[in-house]
Amino acid sequence: MKNYLFELKEGLLISLRAIRANKIRSVLTTLGIVIGVTSVVLMSTAIKGIDNVFQKGVSSLGSDNLYIDKWEWFNNDIPWWELRNRRNLTLEDYRRYSESAKLPIAAAPTVWSIQKIKHKNTTLEAIFITGTTNDYIRTTNLTFDEGRFFNEIESRGGRNVVVLGNTVAKNLFPHRHALSEDIKIKGQKFKVVGVLSEQGSWVMGSFNPDNQVFIPIQNVFKYLQSQSFRSITINVRAPNTQMIEPVKEEAIGIMRRVRGLKYSEANDFSINQQEGLLNNINQTIGVIQIAGLFITSLALFVGAIGIMNIMFVSVKERTKEIGIRKAIGAKKRTILSQFITEAVIICLLGGLVGFLLALILSMIVNQFLPTSVQVDAVILAVIISLITGVVSGFAPAYTASKLDPVEALRYE
Amino acid sequence: MNIITIEHVAKVYEVGAEEVHALRDVSLKIDKNEYVAIMGPSGSGKSTLMNILGCLDTPTRGLYNFKGHNVSEMNDNELAKIRNKEIGFVFQTFNLLPRSDALHNVELPLIYAGVPASERKERAILALENVGLADRMHHKPNELSGGQRQRVAVARALVTRPSIILADEPTGNLDTKTGEDIMSLFNDIYQQGNTIILVTHEEYIAEHAERIIRIRDGLIERDENVIKRVIPKKKEEVA
Ligand SMILES: Nc1ncnc2c1ncn2[C@@H]1O[C@H](COP(=O)(O)OP(=O)(O)OP(=O)(O)O)[C@@H](O)[C@H]1O
Ligand SMILES: [Mg+2]
Repeated sequence: MKNYLFELKEGLLISLRAIRANKIRSVLTTLGIVIGVTSVVLMSTAIKGIDNVFQKGVSSLGSDNLYIDKWEWFNNDIPWWELRNRRNLTLEDYRRYSESAKLPIAAAPTVWSIQKIKHKNTTLEAIFITGTTNDYIRTTNLTFDEGRFFNEIESRGGRNVVVLGNTVAKNLFPHRHALSEDIKIKGQKFKVVGVLSEQGSWVMGSFNPDNQVFIPIQNVFKYLQSQSFRSITINVRAPNTQMIEPVKEEAIGIMRRVRGLKYSEANDFSINQQEGLLNNINQTIGVIQIAGLFITSLALFVGAIGIMNIMFVSVKERTKEIGIRKAIGAKKRTILSQFITEAVIICLLGGLVGFLLALILSMIVNQFLPTSVQVDAVILAVIISLITGVVSGFAPAYTASKLDPVEALRYE
Repeated sequence: MNIITIEHVAKVYEVGAEEVHALRDVSLKIDKNEYVAIMGPSGSGKSTLMNILGCLDTPTRGLYNFKGHNVSEMNDNELAKIRNKEIGFVFQTFNLLPRSDALHNVELPLIYAGVPASERKERAILALENVGLADRMHHKPNELSGGQRQRVAVARALVTRPSIILADEPTGNLDTKTGEDIMSLFNDIYQQGNTIILVTHEEYIAEHAERIIRIRDGLIERDENVIKRVIPKKKEEVA
């Protein structure tokens, strides 16, 4: 064992000397591994980033929430025309549900509309307006930069008050506070009572609270669209994750009663929860992962072939050297480990450079996709380089170790 | 005490359908502290014999006994060990590692022998001192003259304190003057109690030895002791 470590150390020194003697070639050869490792690390980092963003986006929805809706969000089991033919959910349905429901912390009706909004000369097109009640804030994890959510009096009275998402506020009031200012939605004046703090989950797109404004639901019906235009959604928050199932059961019971369904009739509403979304996301990420791994392993494969190729050339070129070494007592095993060590070192150096490159590139990626290189990516890079080195170095090293010393010495 | 005993050794190469009998039937014994020259025309089998004696190659037929060990039955690893510990090679073309300096070249057999670094270095420097090249130990082969290179090779052959030195035309690539320097180095080595086998084409080189074996067509033609002249320099008289 001690002897083997000793040989390994000598093999290391010999390899370093050989690599230094062929600098340009070593650099070019290593490039394949550099690119391979860079892409593997970068890919795994990017996937991690995508995953982060999705998870964060999902959790900003609130992890203990249920959404009673006309539509089935994530499940394609029910044909869409059947969904379309369902009766809309109304404010009256919500009122009766919230009267009977005992388990939820809070329940709020929501309805959406897309509108232009204005402040003085600034106009924002196609802003997602959520109409809801004061109960809404208790179904979310939203926090405020300034002000507050509209209260019960404002909500019931249908006052012209508005809460702005962070991005909307920034765009509409680039240089000053939005609080207590007036904005116009479809010609109607609304007074800003609150600005949300940044949620930063851009993956949710226009559903992201940052890009929304919130007004009392009555006002949506009064100024923007009639009640029958679109079904409302009832946001329900369970006290904790364990309570989601009971809350769901209760909701199904109450809603069937509210909707006057007979025993034989199927539910004409859906209870959505973000678990469905999570499943979707995890599936998508799984696909990205497999595709990414496949592509990057191709890059590595090409790199490995490059190393193998150059190692074969190197063995051929150094036939005489191998002969000399054997003549003065190098064993087969010694020669084998010498050349494998050389390939491994080339790969490890390549892996190191590739990893540093990935580190730099990931900082750039970070601008678009919040992420960072993970410890497992470091381990991944080392293991990959090591394996690539051994695999691509073995065949050439074996050839070298089998050379006949007399023949090798005669080689010019 | 015999270091080497070979009996009825033959080496046959197969080149396509033809058989080349490089050695037909060679038997000889080499004692400790002998100085033997092997001579013969080109293609007579001298190098083939040296390679077999040096355990670089194995005979097709016959017995080879090295210090009581049956070499004919050894595997690659055991042969490598014998080459490393018991045999010091000196080649016509020096065969130094071109990218390594003199010191590392001399250290190399000790590396394979598993000698620890500090002891290794000490012994390598000592070996280079013995051949008068201590001041050149950090020179690479291409920074040394032919004679110096061959002296590095001699230092490398001696550094493991082998039982026998095998030199295949060590002066073949050197001019007469430098060749003589190398030969006097071999004389010194011999005087120190080493055993040397040397292949050469030149009578005046062979005369440094105590015994000359002449080979022709893979057979030993003559095997005789050299009668030392008072003035060995006059080579014409011998030829
Ligand atoms: N690997 C080989 N394959 C085929 N034939 C070989 C091989 N090695 C040597 N021979 C043949 O064996 C014979 C002896 O060769 P060897 O090299 O021993 O001669 P030599 O006495 O050393 O000659 P020189 O003085 O020219 O070095 C030659 O005929 C040579 O062609
Ligand atoms: Mg020869």
